[in-house]
Amino acid sequence: MTDRLRERADALTGRVDLDEFERWQVDLLLVFGVLLASYVLFTIFGLLLGLSFNGIVSTLRRVTYFAAVYALLTLALNLHWGYTGLFNIGVAGFMAVGVYTMAILTAPVDGSPAGFGLPLPIGIIGGMLAAALVGLVAALPALRLRADYFAIVTLGLSEIIRLSIISGTLRQFEFAGREIGTGGGSGISFTATNSIIPWLLDLPVLGALGDRLFAAAGTIGIEASVVQSGLYTFVLLLCVVALYLVLARIAYSPFGRVLKAIREDELAARSLGKRTNVAKIKVFMLGCALMGLAGILWQGGRGFVTPESFMPILTFYVFVALIIGGAGSNAGSIVGGIVFAAILWEGPPFVQRIIRLHLDVRTPPTIYDAFVALGSADPLPMIGYVEGNMEQIRFMLVGVALIVLMLWRPDGVLGHRKEIAAATDLSNRPTAATDGGGTGESNGGEIEEQDGGERDE
Amino acid sequence: MGTRDARGLRTAVTPERLFGGVLLLGVVILVLDLFRRVATGDLSADALSSFLWRGLVDGLIIGLAAIGLSMTYSILRFANFSHGDLVTTGAFTGWTVAYIIGGIGVADLSSRLLLRADGGASPGEMNMHILAEPIAIVSGLVFAAVATILVALAIDNLVYRRMRNAGGIALLIASVGVALVLRYVIAFFYTSSTRGVTASAPESDHWLLFWTDSINLHQTTMVVSAIVLMLGVHLMLQYTTLGKAMRAMADNRDLALVTGIPTERVVRATWIIGAGLAGVAGYLVVLDRGTITFNLGWFLLLLIFAAVILGGIGSIYGAIVGALIIGLAINVSLVWIPADLNEVAAFGLMILVLIFRPAGLFGGVETA
Repeated sequence: MTDRLRERADALTGRVDLDEFERWQVDLLLVFGVLLASYVLFTIFGLLLGLSFNGIVSTLRRVTYFAAVYALLTLALNLHWGYTGLFNIGVAGFMAVGVYTMAILTAPVDGSPAGFGLPLPIGIIGGMLAAALVGLVAALPALRLRADYFAIVTLGLSEIIRLSIISGTLRQFEFAGREIGTGGGSGISFTATNSIIPWLLDLPVLGALGDRLFAAAGTIGIEASVVQSGLYTFVLLLCVVALYLVLARIAYSPFGRVLKAIREDELAARSLGKRTNVAKIKVFMLGCALMGLAGILWQGGRGFVTPESFMPILTFYVFVALIIGGAGSNAGSIVGGIVFAAILWEGPPFVQRIIRLHLDVRTPPTIYDAFVALGSADPLPMIGYVEGNMEQIRFMLVGVALIVLMLWRPDGVLGHRKEIAAATDLSNRPTAATDGGGTGESNGGEIEEQDGGERDE
Repeated sequence: MGTRDARGLRTAVTPERLFGGVLLLGVVILVLDLFRRVATGDLSADALSSFLWRGLVDGLIIGLAAIGLSMTYSILRFANFSHGDLVTTGAFTGWTVAYIIGGIGVADLSSRLLLRADGGASPGEMNMHILAEPIAIVSGLVFAAVATILVALAIDNLVYRRMRNAGGIALLIASVGVALVLRYVIAFFYTSSTRGVTASAPESDHWLLFWTDSINLHQTTMVVSAIVLMLGVHLMLQYTTLGKAMRAMADNRDLALVTGIPTERVVRATWIIGAGLAGVAGYLVVLDRGTITFNLGWFLLLLIFAAVILGGIGSIYGAIVGALIIGLAINVSLVWIPADLNEVAAFGLMILVLIFRPAGLFGGVETA
């Protein structure tokens, strides 16, 4: 499948040798191809459900939104696991720190629980800083541990964070002369991040453009609320692009090569005089800040958050997305985010709705009743039971996806996409011709020591 | 502690040792505070003894599950995230059998098969406690072990066996997938509602324990079963050929292979013992708590991991000690902190201990 994709990509790009420049084109093609494919799928779903044009556009908007959110999270995790080999399974915890710090900073002063009522940008920056700081606190002890201990410590930390947020003790406390708090299990209200859309539309030029957009959308039957949330989704997409560019810049910088060297062989990297511990702490903090940001953009969009949103399972969703796309590749992370959001996240509820619309089924209270009916050759109650328990099926699918990927495609659906640690591909010499893997990064021909001081891109 | 230690520290003071010293000092202060509270009457001796007893009960349950996790960890070399759901599997399959046998004539078959998923006859009507239904409850216990072993062997056959040579992290990720499938298959069949399955435990007068006149018979059953099973594992590991082979394999897999130890058979034996103990632990947790839910094992898993890591991976005695520490920590910490933060204390303790002993308290003893 990979080869066929690559061939098709080759055909489209004119079958030139895929050097560094072509690689990102292939990636771009892949990302748009997958996005388009999921749009086609959900348009079909929408037609099967008999949705109006507005409904279909709204559905596609929703899919794009989750694709963008998961792409952001997956990119951040890719920095930890894909590039540096830090097996962080506390993603949900770092997201929670970001979102809750932002929530407490921006919540209204007279709210319940009250916050500091600060403007949104300060909240976002504060949230990212807090997530980075918690990352530092986690990284200092955890870096000396084996990978599996590290994993459990990060998971433990994310549970500590979640349980502390739920606890009644932090629900409301006095800080700097104010009654602030996390709101415990009942959550906290704050300035929603999607409030930047009305703010942007108030600006002179953007406002005029926005008016035209709303008018144009109105003539083809798209409601203003869909356009409004569509604009926020667009902002998220811009964030994905920006994050991709930043991470690509990091990945090919000398610092990025140190990260990849740590992943491949930390001892060797240290022997070459790289301060691997400092690099690990830095990258861990950066990744945590980005997880905080992704959390803010996602959970902050509604202006209300509860600790329920940060169950440990969320971390594994992000891992599924990362593994689908192949750890170690930024474009792969985006593809993984889209595939996960479309097929595993949004797909099952749509299947559920379609079954409900087209078959006159009723969910029996227990599977026993469904089996009894099945025994008397009536499959409808069983279908009804499956339809009514689609939530469980979705979780099973996530699990099956993880198992199948690890058994047959540990490098991701797209095959091996890990960027090599060396600045040039040492395996790409005439004697060691590899399959598609050696397509990139052979632009110099000279074999450089993996040292990275001089080659700046 | 004292001046002698301080002088010793000055010669080779590393951040870890310093931190370890501070940690130890903290524990000593807390213990002293405990004595002070009992002496001044802030904390009644009754309350303290019940905390300690609960700590023992929780610790033994976690310990039972932790032995299995530690064994699979040291012999198969990966952190098995599906272990918690093996605990859940044991709980559901075992109680289903207990209900099928114990509920005859009281509840419908559908209600018994699915453990009251439809809210059928209540456990009180069924008299589901150890004195009224001893045969049902003991058969449930045995079946919990058997069913969990079968499930674990099937999973090993389907998933883990194909990945014997994969890295620990690849196996860990696959085990997360297994955990999800197992948990939600259970939820799919038994529904995701939490429900009571045992009648309230009978109390019995006794003369064994000094601080109380009556003990909860379900907790006693649990404590006795856990201790017997732990002793059994100890004897098996120390005095049988299989035990020796297991220890050899945990110690050095390649050397074990060269010596002619049938590794696949040892792996199978590991799953049998580990999963059997996990299933029994799940069954007993429900006996103690009285309620069952499909998330039960997943929520226990992190505590089990904390126990295994505290003790140092690979040492089953370490796992038991770690489990007792975790059990005591989540209960005795209630003296100082509110109840909704007690697990935070346990996880915090795990992280703190790892700072000063990165390989766990009994770390380095890779042999069981």
